[in-house]
Amino acid sequence: MSESASSIRYINRPHPVTGVTNAKLGIWCFLASEVMLFGALFSTYLLLRTGSASWPHGPATLNVPLATLNTLVLIFSSVTMVMSWASLATGNFRKYRLYLGLTALMGCVFLVVKGFEYGHKFEHHHFPAASTFYAIYFTLTGLHGLHVIGGIAVNLYFLFRGRVLWQRDPERLTNRIECAGLYWHFVDLVWIFLFPILYLL
Amino acid sequence: MDKNYYGWGLPVDISAHGSQIDQLIIILHLAMAALFIGWSVFLVYTLIRFRARSGHEAVHETRHFKAPTFVEVLVALFEFFLLAAFATPIWLSVRQEFPPDDKALHVRVVAQQFAWNIHYPGEDGIFGRTDPRWMGSANPLGLDGSDPAAKDDITTVNQLHVPVDTPVIVRLSSKDVIHSFTIPVMRVKQDAIPGESIPLWFEAKKTGEFEIACAQLCGIGHYRMRGFFTVDSKEKFGEWLKAEAPQ
Amino acid sequence: MSGHADPGLPFWRKYIFSTDHKVIGVQYAVTGLLFLLFGFGLATLIRWQLAYPGQPLPLIGGWFAESQMLGGIMLPEFYYQLGAMHGTIMVFLGVVPLAVGGFGNFVLPLQIGAPDMAFPKLNLMSYWLYFIGGVIMFASFFVPGGAAQSGWTSYPPLSVIASDGQTWWLIGMAFLINSSLLGSVNFIVTIVQLRADGLSFGRLPFFVWAQFVTAFLLLLAFPPLEAAAVLQLMDRLAHTSFFMPSGLVINDAVVNISGGGNAVLWQHLFWFLAHPEVYVLVLPAMGIVAEVIACNTRKPLYSYKGLVLSAVFIGFMSFIVWAHHMFLTNMGTVMSTFFQVTTMIISIPSVVILTVLVLSLWGGAIRFNTPMLFAIAFLPMFGMGGLTGLPLGLAASDIHLHDTYYVIGHFHYVVAPGTIFALFAGIYHWFPKVTGRRMSETLGKIHFVPSFILMNCIFFPMLMQGLAGVLRRMYDPLQYAHAQAAQPLNVFASAAAWLLALAQIPFILNFFGSLFWGRKTGENPWEATTLEWAAPSPPPHGNFLEAPHVYRGPYEYSPPQAKSGFWPQHVKDPR
Repeated sequence: MSESASSIRYINRPHPVTGVTNAKLGIWCFLASEVMLFGALFSTYLLLRTGSASWPHGPATLNVPLATLNTLVLIFSSVTMVMSWASLATGNFRKYRLYLGLTALMGCVFLVVKGFEYGHKFEHHHFPAASTFYAIYFTLTGLHGLHVIGGIAVNLYFLFRGRVLWQRDPERLTNRIECAGLYWHFVDLVWIFLFPILYLL
Repeated sequence: MDKNYYGWGLPVDISAHGSQIDQLIIILHLAMAALFIGWSVFLVYTLIRFRARSGHEAVHETRHFKAPTFVEVLVALFEFFLLAAFATPIWLSVRQEFPPDDKALHVRVVAQQFAWNIHYPGEDGIFGRTDPRWMGSANPLGLDGSDPAAKDDITTVNQLHVPVDTPVIVRLSSKDVIHSFTIPVMRVKQDAIPGESIPLWFEAKKTGEFEIACAQLCGIGHYRMRGFFTVDSKEKFGEWLKAEAPQ
Repeated sequence: MSGHADPGLPFWRKYIFSTDHKVIGVQYAVTGLLFLLFGFGLATLIRWQLAYPGQPLPLIGGWFAESQMLGGIMLPEFYYQLGAMHGTIMVFLGVVPLAVGGFGNFVLPLQIGAPDMAFPKLNLMSYWLYFIGGVIMFASFFVPGGAAQSGWTSYPPLSVIASDGQTWWLIGMAFLINSSLLGSVNFIVTIVQLRADGLSFGRLPFFVWAQFVTAFLLLLAFPPLEAAAVLQLMDRLAHTSFFMPSGLVINDAVVNISGGGNAVLWQHLFWFLAHPEVYVLVLPAMGIVAEVIACNTRKPLYSYKGLVLSAVFIGFMSFIVWAHHMFLTNMGTVMSTFFQVTTMIISIPSVVILTVLVLSLWGGAIRFNTPMLFAIAFLPMFGMGGLTGLPLGLAASDIHLHDTYYVIGHFHYVVAPGTIFALFAGIYHWFPKVTGRRMSETLGKIHFVPSFILMNCIFFPMLMQGLAGVLRRMYDPLQYAHAQAAQPLNVFASAAAWLLALAQIPFILNFFGSLFWGRKTGENPWEATTLEWAAPSPPPHGNFLEAPHVYRGPYEYSPPQAKSGFWPQHVKDPR
């Protein structure tokens, strides 16, 4: 793309000094703020737990096998996310769609499993108001779930708009998938922290 | 209530520890005034001397000043001097170095929207058991009537009486929202936080009638959460306790 | 203002849902100014109740609903709504949107020689999230029970048991936080990636540095408040107990919740944002003042390096001072000493910045135009605000001064005659760039002089009241004997506040009048050196006719090489 005085630079080409494109720097900044968001919530968890007289044992109250399954699902989806980006980078658009579709599908599987877990808790009248443990459990996993939904929406957009974007500017689409991937890995990573502190400890 | 206690400056101080706080405030303000005035004079002088006018031109090369660096280092040292010589020792003595238990009067103060519940242990020196379940308008502190230690306990609403020249240890808590227990003339201010019991202590040096205020927004009636703080002579305080004791 | 946006677009894409940073900047600035006016209006109502408690409000008392004013007499519910919303609106809807959203958006890309922000669509979204947040805050006055009334700090448990307005407040804050987050990502990427060729970090105008540090503060300090807002919403709507300890008894009834929460947790999360937020309010103001002073003294700043290092240092330190707002929440000596030390340390770079700005005047040829007057007035006023922070930052003196009018006087000195004066300086300074027309100097001076005097008449008495122990957030100041003694000060400050409102009329006339009748001006009316003055006034879509190249630092005024008396950053040879 030509760069006249009025076009924004470093959309496709990395900045010679920073070595990244605008979008990549942007997504890293955004993820830094997300770290602070979940960091504050994890601190809340720590403070409430250390300040409480009794705290339920994770495996006794929550469904560890289902959560393990969910952990595997998310890790698998991270792999397919990388594969979809790698496919684009090597110019294989068909494989890209396959892998991106799989990623979105895995995201949905995660949510469905999570939905079963929630439903099971509600059946036993374990609502957020039941105790600070359930309050933090529902808040943390709920907020994480919202992030998963956001990620699925982004992936579906690139799945269905992919062909148009690919034909218009393949390099740009590749960069955008990389950024979407960074976000997806972050959401995955948050779960990797949530799983042990809520279910295992 | 005697209005002579109060004016446009610091209110009168009748506490044992307050003079230290006042001293710090006064030293700080003198230093602040000196800095501000000196600095303003320099500013005004600069503005007049270097105003744009015909025949006067700005200089490109900036002169390097040594004095400001010197003043800055001085100010920084002064700040740390205040911290080490005043702020930390005062805080330590007010918040942590409590008088021995047997020499002090013990009182519980339980804040609620919008009143101060005062709880004296009575003759046995033991506070009766309290429980939120018993709390009601007739029993605002939730005293458990079945507890023998509660039988002689004295409770008042908004009336804190203390003897002069005696350390008082207050255990402060709140039933509902965050309040802040303030006695301006005693230089006492401490948040009352629900779920916590916070100790504080003070010693009154003069008798008289003063006021307790709430310093933390606690609801619609925050502004009228006013209590009365009476410092009596030791004899008068003893008489008051007797009169208030349950029959 | 014509010609800002892409000329090929329909009206609504050009001026309403525009992606052009200049249009968005103007939208931010105008919305922010309106909210400032509205928030100031709330304050003038507060001042009536403080000066004449319980007396019916004359003239306009009948305009209010019966749930707000009964027969013209203000109800406590409404008083506490005014207090909470005045704070919220001034900080989150007025000053920050004007300083960061307005000046940042308009000036910053121009100063770094960029055609636009890095993510124009994100920029559009930031503004509209802010707008929606503002509408929610405004609308909350009309819900049953009125707007939030637990103070702008919204301490639980009070805020959790408050009326529906608090839920609106939290949702409004969520919109504002997300707007700021997107904006700060945009600013950081724009500054890092889109600087013109030759514009290294060491050549950035100080204003850009200030915005850069500010963007990091917003990016990293706001998320914990967002987390806190989510938790408080859960407490209010799902009846969880994050901030609700066990055994609460409200109105003689045990509250039916699980308990086990921590009321002070909110304060930690809130102040973790709200202290950096102070620097979000102040740093852009310092940036504006530095630009205006350099330009109007006609000489370089005293120590550019000192300014930049101090700003960056402040940015780091501002994350570890928050608990000096919480000395009275049962804090031990170790914790309180730590936060006192960090507080004393953070005062040093602020002093350095102020000193550099004052020494920059030395040796200049000072032009006393309206922007310069406001910029100079910023210096002593901010100095006053900074100095009065000392007794509050030391825990021992804070025992007496905490939650008194001393606090109110202190932070208003920082923000009102401090930051807001700097923002006025910025408006007068960049108005010609935005519109291609100058504002009237005469009206500007008529605006400045009374504003400067009256600001001090309002806030200095508050410091005296604070020393006398008068507590803040009192619906009826006459309840306490110690407050009655200081009541004449309230009457005086209130009169000054109402006069200050009148003193803004010349500004409003000047602002709108100059749009139509202001003297037309060229691209560089102030003979300034930074890049924004290289673009036409007003700048067209894409800003620069050709991409600028930068050859030197930002403040080459009166260099010996240039006969014209200034050497712009983008001009290769001196003229």
